[in-house]
Amino acid sequence: MGDVAFHTATTVDEALALLGDGSDARVVAGGSDLIVQARHGKSLPGTVIAIHRIDALRSLTSSGDLVVGALTSHATLCADAGVRSNWTAIADASALVGSHATRNVGTLGGNVMNASPAMETGGPLIVLGASVTLRSAAGDREVAIEELWTGPGKTSAKPGEICLAITVPAQPAHTGSAYVRLEYRRAMEIAIVGASACVTLDDDGNVTAAKVALTALAPTIIRSPAAEAAIIGTDGNDEALEAVTAGASADAKPISDLRANEDYRRAMAGVIAKRAVAVAAQRARGEEFPIPATPVFMKGSGQ
Amino acid sequence: MKHAATLTVNGMAYPVELEGDTTLVRAIRDDIGLTGTKEGCDDCECGACMVMIDGRPVNSCTYLALQAVGSDVTTVEGLADGETLSNLQSAFLDQGGVQCGFCTPGMLVSAHALLRENADPTEEEVRLALGGNLCRCTGYTKIASAVMQAAKASV
Repeated sequence: MGDVAFHTATTVDEALALLGDGSDARVVAGGSDLIVQARHGKSLPGTVIAIHRIDALRSLTSSGDLVVGALTSHATLCADAGVRSNWTAIADASALVGSHATRNVGTLGGNVMNASPAMETGGPLIVLGASVTLRSAAGDREVAIEELWTGPGKTSAKPGEICLAITVPAQPAHTGSAYVRLEYRRAMEIAIVGASACVTLDDDGNVTAAKVALTALAPTIIRSPAAEAAIIGTDGNDEALEAVTAGASADAKPISDLRANEDYRRAMAGVIAKRAVAVAAQRARGEEFPIPATPVFMKGSGQ
Repeated sequence: MKHAATLTVNGMAYPVELEGDTTLVRAIRDDIGLTGTKEGCDDCECGACMVMIDGRPVNSCTYLALQAVGSDVTTVEGLADGETLSNLQSAFLDQGGVQCGFCTPGMLVSAHALLRENADPTEEEVRLALGGNLCRCTGYTKIASAVMQAAKASV
């Protein structure tokens, strides 16, 4: 760490002015990614702009479309009744992030812009069709979430852009979603593999639409076309779920690292994707499947 | 580049001069001189550095000190009433929830924050709330018993 200038912005305009072209400045929301990265050799820029006091970025609207201000914390997201019932995979994912302390400071905007292929909330945002609003001095633009991530820690956002909000469309009737993580422990865990699914049923219980995304199984979070094709048009029976397993394993592009080797990750990609699809279908049928429990720290509004 | 600022810790305002990249745990320990808060992993994993910011638990090793300007920070030193330990602190002593003691300040802060929000937790809720705090000595059983004792004492 070194000689770093620090500013606290209280409006988006102020933050953009301080950011300039972004060549030697970065915004920080909760800090949980930025500071850990700084300690692991990625040096901080010359100027750090704290945006955590921009209250306008902390809004959360969950009637109609879901519009999540970039500074909304995981603690707030996983406690929100609308998110829990209509965009359940996001609640699953936010509830699994880090610990109570991480969920208090960690924001959805920070998560999205940090672009980790292991981030919990990324898969749910893909299967639910999210987009991100970015603002620079040149104006606003909307980017589909799948087009935002270009590699591990890399986005298509320009250095002078700030993430304002994440928008997730309202979902059709009889739709359910889920995020499932393979984990060695519950708290402070990074996904070994993860899978997200969003499933829509017709009145007879047949799958009319499905999206499946794989987490920590490629340089970015990816869709699994083979798993999706395996479940669409079926009633979600065991045979279809086995085909989801095979499809997800085939689409995975895992690496070996200290948490798991490539073969294990590939095998588990299928198992976890099958579970995610099964839970999403269960929720689409209106059956309860619990969101991971978090302690009762849910009253915070995000930091 | 030093930035002059005021940090409010345990209700007291401390004028400090901090680098832009100083973490909150370093400011609390080195600049303010309150050494109850521990720097363990310094990597947002172990919870030894847990403090409350505006009532909510936060890992102070991974939070920029200057971001806490304008907030109320509570450290383990803020839990006791002068020399009188809180129910929670006494319960840790009664139950043998302290061995080497390094994790204890963080455990106390997380447990205190839980009991503020949920005065009558189940043991499962206690263990979930302490999920971000590692202890390498006790095996957690006596820590969980201590929090349960404190909850019963205050309900």
